[in-house]
Order: sequence, then structure tokens, then C-alpha cells
Amino acid sequence: MNCGEDTRRCAGVGEHDLISSRHSQDGKQKPAAKRLPRALLLLAAVLVVSTAVALWAGYAPIAFADLRGDEMARLLFFRLRLPRVLMAGMVGASLAMVGASLQALFRNPLAEPLTLGVSGGGALGASLAIAFGFGAKVAGVPVIFLAAFAGAGAAMLVVYRLARTGAVVMPGALLLAGVVLNFVAASFVVIIQYFTDYSRALQILRWTIGSLDVVGFDLIWRMLLFLAPGWIILALMARDLHLIALDEETAASLGVDVRRSERLVYAASSLMVGVTVAVGGTIGFVGLIVPHAVRLMFGEDVRVILPCSFLLGASFLMLADAVARTVLGAGELPVGAITALTGGPVFLWLLRRQQRLAAM
Amino acid sequence: MNVSNERRAGALLEARELHFAYAPGLPEVVRGASLALGRGLLAALIGANGSGKSSLIRLLGGVSQPARGEVLFDGVPLRSLEPRVRARRIAYVPQASAGVFPLTALEVVLMGRSPYTSRFRFENERDISVAHDALAAVDAAHLAARSVTELSGGERQLVALARALAQEPECLLLDEPSAALDLKHRAGLIRHLARLRDERGITALIVTHDLQLLDPAFDQVFAMRGGAVAASGAPAEVLRDEVLAEVYADEHVRARQAFGRTFVWSE
Repeated sequence: MNCGEDTRRCAGVGEHDLISSRHSQDGKQKPAAKRLPRALLLLAAVLVVSTAVALWAGYAPIAFADLRGDEMARLLFFRLRLPRVLMAGMVGASLAMVGASLQALFRNPLAEPLTLGVSGGGALGASLAIAFGFGAKVAGVPVIFLAAFAGAGAAMLVVYRLARTGAVVMPGALLLAGVVLNFVAASFVVIIQYFTDYSRALQILRWTIGSLDVVGFDLIWRMLLFLAPGWIILALMARDLHLIALDEETAASLGVDVRRSERLVYAASSLMVGVTVAVGGTIGFVGLIVPHAVRLMFGEDVRVILPCSFLLGASFLMLADAVARTVLGAGELPVGAITALTGGPVFLWLLRRQQRLAAM
Repeated sequence: MNVSNERRAGALLEARELHFAYAPGLPEVVRGASLALGRGLLAALIGANGSGKSSLIRLLGGVSQPARGEVLFDGVPLRSLEPRVRARRIAYVPQASAGVFPLTALEVVLMGRSPYTSRFRFENERDISVAHDALAAVDAAHLAARSVTELSGGERQLVALARALAQEPECLLLDEPSAALDLKHRAGLIRHLARLRDERGITALIVTHDLQLLDPAFDQVFAMRGGAVAASGAPAEVLRDEVLAEVYADEHVRARQAFGRTFVWSE
């Protein structure tokens, strides 16, 4: 954050760091150029293991040997299990990447799609699409995508406008605005459910809780079409975000077009959150847990955090979904409940470490 | 040959009738400011709160763009320089910011190398050695592995200065670098800047409220009032009762020479 005229008062804030660092303890840190390949290798291995576990786990654990002969097992695997695991991976990777980007952009370790109200806005957009009959899963999917994208984008603009004063984004105001926006969006979703017919209301309800149900690969390809541009844009922004995470003016003086970076990150984040909300409902806190786990392991360089969050986010949501599918035996928990149960405490832990939140 | 000699003698950074407002419709904070910063000089920008110092120095650094007027760097319009090219020649250090993420001091200083590295490359061995040298140049080599959020205000200021030096600039622009510093560290900062000027020919302009800092190390002083540069010259020319009374709109301001420097106070 930037301190304006009164630097003396503001200078004390940083002395209590928001997240404690391990760098000071272990003295020597490898340069980012050496850290990234190792980190990617390790997380790719984790992703392979997670994928295998997620593919195996389920109401009926799959014996991979059966896939050769057993037609039923093959159908189950290729039409249900594999698409679902892939979807969880894509959604998790996207949410984690968006979280890491928003944290850098707003210089706020607590920022993520849910806490900023972006998910809520996306959910409202998607609910409207379902209520007006664009919710049919086969042909109508892109309409939900676009509606959720529009909702997420609008929410992000509102929150940002409210929290920004001049060159300074107030961290407390940002989160408060996000929480309130989530409430307002959730209220609208309830009102829509109340007025819409029974089957659509049920569809909205099932979907708001967050589930990664999917049959076949149609939806996977469509998601990929929408998500891949977002992944590419955020990956391209990594260097600029690394500089912006220090402070905006320094970034600008180093040649970053801060306004352009901001617009690109908004557009990419809204698109990705919109799509993930449209297919899976609001799955919270993935964008908080994953980037912070990466920080603890591999340090604070955003150019390392972004690609690592992509890989670890995929692993995390695959495993969370595997837990959601198996923990009740025959039934199934919404995956959003699992991530919230893990992420809520992480959020509170981060908040506690933030000994003094400036401008709260 | 002649041209380059002429350039060397002239101003490195020149502002011509700059105007700037934070948004259209808001009052202008910079109103017709002009100045010429001599090459290889250490200069200060002084003035009352709200006189437009920070805005002016941001315009000089290309961090914000003037509504009217022009900034010339080495005789070329600053606007015409590609931002990353500009960042290799002019380094700007904003007012002390606390920082949120516990980056190490070395990581922060390495950011100063970003104008030299491409989007998909990390810093190479040379960049890392430049960063270490920059930290050493401000006597902060021991901070390299420390997390910036754990540093004191003074240490953080040194890291920011080292980051600027890592850009290998011809010109340093510092916004209130001494604000968070105690007596000893203020003197140390000015010594660093004077040494960089003498040894590397780096031109520097600092915004400061601390008039005691100004001489004998400083070559030039610019005094702002109401968004324009009201007085400029050698410290002894600007730090005088009648000039300062005008600049601060305070008739009680006094300036006296003693011990080879000027003491300024308000009665």
C-alpha cells in the first residue's frame, strides 16, 4: 500500500508483516530461475499422483485392470469419472491462478474470487440465465458461461471502484465490499429461486451448492475453449504482476502499464471465475489456500507462484472432489463445502497473522 | 561531437510548463511548473505540503503524464521513450511503502533489473551480481536475505534506493527518501547520493521537507509554491529569508549561515 503524505505514521505498518517469512530464517534463498523448474517438477509429480488417486477413488473404486475387458467399467470410467476429474482439475487450476493474480494486483493476501464477491456476481449472472430458461445443459451452456462472466465482471468492477481512492486500494474496504456484494448477489439468487418454477429452482439450488457433476467430454472441451485464454493471459502477466505486487508506482516506473495490466487481469479473472461458477457453482477459498501453500513452499515471487498455483490448484480440487465423492459412502457432499471447510480456517489464520490491517 | 559536448553541459532533465490534475475536473496540482536539472548534479525539490512536489517528480519520472507541457530527458521528449527504455535511464523511488508480501531484499532489488530482462526470462547471473553490488553501494549487503516486511523504515529505504541503482540509471528521482529516517541515516543517505554523483556521475533529485539536509552536498534547489517552481538556484541563493517566506507563505521563516551550512527554522 502506498502511504500518501503521512509516511511517518504509515511506515510502522510494515514492521509487522502480514505473512511471516521463512526466508529470514534459512538465510540463503535460491534465485527464482532455479526455484521454478524444481517447483514445477515437484508439483507435476504431485498432480500425477493426485490424478491417479482421484480417478481411482469413488463410490465404486476402479480397478484399472478391469478397463481392458469390462465394458461397464470402461463406460463408467470414460463417461463419468475421467471427465469429472478433468473438470475438477481445470476449475481448481483456474481458481488458484485467479486468486494468486488478484492477491498480487490488489496487494492483498486475503483476496480471492469468493472474498472479493466475484464468485457471487458470477452466481447471480448464472442464476438469471437458468431462471430465464438458458440453463439447458447441452446447448445452453455457453449462455450460462457468458451470463456468469458478465456477473463476475460487473462484481469485480463494483468492488474495485468502491475500494479504490486515487492511487490507493484500501485492503479492508476491498474485502468488506466483496462480502457485502456476495450477500446482495445471494439475496437476488434466493429471490430468483422464489419466483421461478419448481424444477428450475431446484436446478439453481443444486448448482449454487457447487458440484462438479459432468457426463462426457462436451462440456470439458467448451470449458477449455474459455479457460485456456485466461490461463495464457495470466501467465503472460506474471512479470508485471510480480512488480505490481511490490507497489503500483514502482511498477509503473519500471515500465509496466499498470492500467492495462489491471484491465487484462480483470477480464481474464472474470472470464475464468464466470466459467467455473457456471459449471461448478461457487467453490470458495481454492484461490486462497493454494497460492499461500505455494508461497510457504517456494517463496514470494509471483512468476513462481502463478504457474505453481495452476498445478497445485488442479491437484487440490481433484482431491477435494474425491473426498466429496467418497466420504459419505453412497451419497455425495458438495465439493464447495469441502473447500470452504478447509479454506475458512486458512482465511482466519491469515487474518490473525495480519497483526494490524492498515485502513481497516 | 559538438552536439554531445553541448548536451553534456546542459540540463539532463527539463520540465516545460507542466500542468497536471489527478482527474479531469479536479483542480490542477501542478500549474505551469518548469525546471532544468543539471547533468551530474544533486538537487532538491522543496515546498509546503500540497505544493505539488510529489506530483511533479512523478511527471519527471514518466510515472504519470502531464495534461499540458513537456518533459525533456537528454533533449528528447520523455513521452517518446519506450517505458522500459526510460526505466533503464531514470529510476523513481516513491514515498516509503510498507509492502505487503515478505519478499527478500534481494528479490526487491532484482525488480530493478526487470527493464533489462524479457517477459519469460528470470534474472541471469549478471543481474544478480548487479543487484548485490547495488545493495553494497548503499551499505546494505547484509540485508539481502532479509524479508522486506521485517526491515525498519530506514533499512527499507536503503533497499528501495538499491533497487533504483540496480536499474543502472543516469538519473535518480526520490520522493521524500529521508522521511522515515533518523538523524544518522539521513546523513548516510545524503552521503550515498553525493558519492553516487561524484563516482558514477548520477544525477539525483530528491523531494524533501528537511532543509537542514540541503547543503553543502547539494548543487541545486528548486522551491515549489502553488504547483509551480517559484525559485531555483544554488542552496545559498534559495535558502534565504525572503525567498523561503514566499515559498512557505510564512513570514516567520528564517535562514542563517553557520558552520558552512544553512540553518532554517520558523519562529
